[in-house]
Amino acid sequence: MRPIILFNQVNKWYGDYQALTNVSAEIKTGEVVVVCGPSGSGKSTLIRTVNRLEPIEQGEILFDGMDIHGSSTRLNQLRTRIGFVFQNFNLFPHVSVIENIMMSPVKVLGEKRTNARQHAGELLERVGLSHKANAYPAQLSGGQQQRVAIARALAMKPPVMLFDEPTSALDPEMVGEVLNVMRGLAQEGMTMMCVTHEMNFAREVADTIWFMDQGQILEKATPDNFFRAPQHPRARRFLSDLLVH
Amino acid sequence: MFEILTILHDNGLLLLMGQYPNGPLGGVLCTLLISVLAVLMAFPVGVLLGLARLAPWRWLSWPAACWVYLLRGIPLMMVVFWTYFCVPLLIGHNISGFATMLCTLVIYESAYIAEIVRGGIQALPQGQYEASRALGMGHIKTLRLVILPQALFNTLPSLVSQLVSIIKDSTLGYVINVPELTYAANQVSNQLLTKPFQVFAIVALSYYIICYSLTWLANRLETHIANKRSHERPEAGKFAAPLVLTKTQSQ
Repeated sequence: MRPIILFNQVNKWYGDYQALTNVSAEIKTGEVVVVCGPSGSGKSTLIRTVNRLEPIEQGEILFDGMDIHGSSTRLNQLRTRIGFVFQNFNLFPHVSVIENIMMSPVKVLGEKRTNARQHAGELLERVGLSHKANAYPAQLSGGQQQRVAIARALAMKPPVMLFDEPTSALDPEMVGEVLNVMRGLAQEGMTMMCVTHEMNFAREVADTIWFMDQGQILEKATPDNFFRAPQHPRARRFLSDLLVH
Repeated sequence: MFEILTILHDNGLLLLMGQYPNGPLGGVLCTLLISVLAVLMAFPVGVLLGLARLAPWRWLSWPAACWVYLLRGIPLMMVVFWTYFCVPLLIGHNISGFATMLCTLVIYESAYIAEIVRGGIQALPQGQYEASRALGMGHIKTLRLVILPQALFNTLPSLVSQLVSIIKDSTLGYVINVPELTYAANQVSNQLLTKPFQVFAIVALSYYIICYSLTWLANRLETHIANKRSHERPEAGKFAAPLVLTKTQSQ
């Protein structure tokens, strides 16, 4: 299968600090990639470059063959095809849940409101929040907000979903409900790239695990190989630190 | 108290509408008209100016910054005089004091409104902008649908203060013979000679009523929006109502 996302020798700096170093990797259609590693290793930076929330200085990132960071790329159109879920949900607090989900399909894709509303209703049902359609984000728990955020990203029917630490801002008892939704997506064959610290989720759902440290991908492996026999010493230390507590 | 009523009885019409219909509209009505027009024009100009300040394009943000810094650095009276003497030179014919004052207020107050709007936008979490852009909405669409509705609501108290100060600043029309309330009151006071305190008590009260009405309206609007956003719907189940500050003291 051809890669839908391809990183080719990507380098990124914040001033003198090199955030990404020679990152080359690919994600195939239908693949679930989990990116893990210690804080500050560049995981979030990497995932944010995929829809150009962060610019890169060198290299290229191709999405379905299109150069994401090319100057002639139609960025808004490209972003409609890449769902993005943030750590802090970032729901729009001034409109209701259903309006949050409908906004982009109506305003960007030009869908009719009735169609968009129906589709939004289906998505809410899928994430188990039909009864919250008319609530406002401030009235929802963190887990519920994140599930709405996933529904909002799905409303654009993107072929790829990116998750940037989707459970890191949640209370522990709400992590499960969000992971369940993500698990469901993975089972339906959605192409996903997830930055997460949930190692059980990674073990269970990922097709491939990328281990990052200091802006580099040190290891790419199947979950089995990664958790049983990590190749890179830094990965071994990371895993043993996880097990200690 | 009795004297105030007498003054109102004898000069009420002059204070209310100036020489109208035998002369230009003046008094309270002139103040109201110039204030309403100035608010209606300064608000959109100020919002656009504030957005321009934050625009990612330098050719737009620099002139806007100059506008703001220049006008905040000059007393309003100077702007009144500059408009009064320069605009006729620029356009080749005289304009009325009313039009001069209106232009001045719009130019001057929009600079302040721009800074309020800019502050409101910059106080929003960066994630709001990013989330909207990540959904494929462009810069302008993001501002219109996501950023401004939140920023304007959050800055409502400051914005109302600024709009109220537009009403009060319209008194400076006095110096270029705009026959608004202060001007009319001065006429009355000069006629009566011995009762400035009573006359200007009437003026102060009139301004207070006008400004307070605007504040009251704005508070109603704020409460209405806040209620709408925290309204518990029957199907929404049980949860704590979010903390919303509805009682605002923006006068």
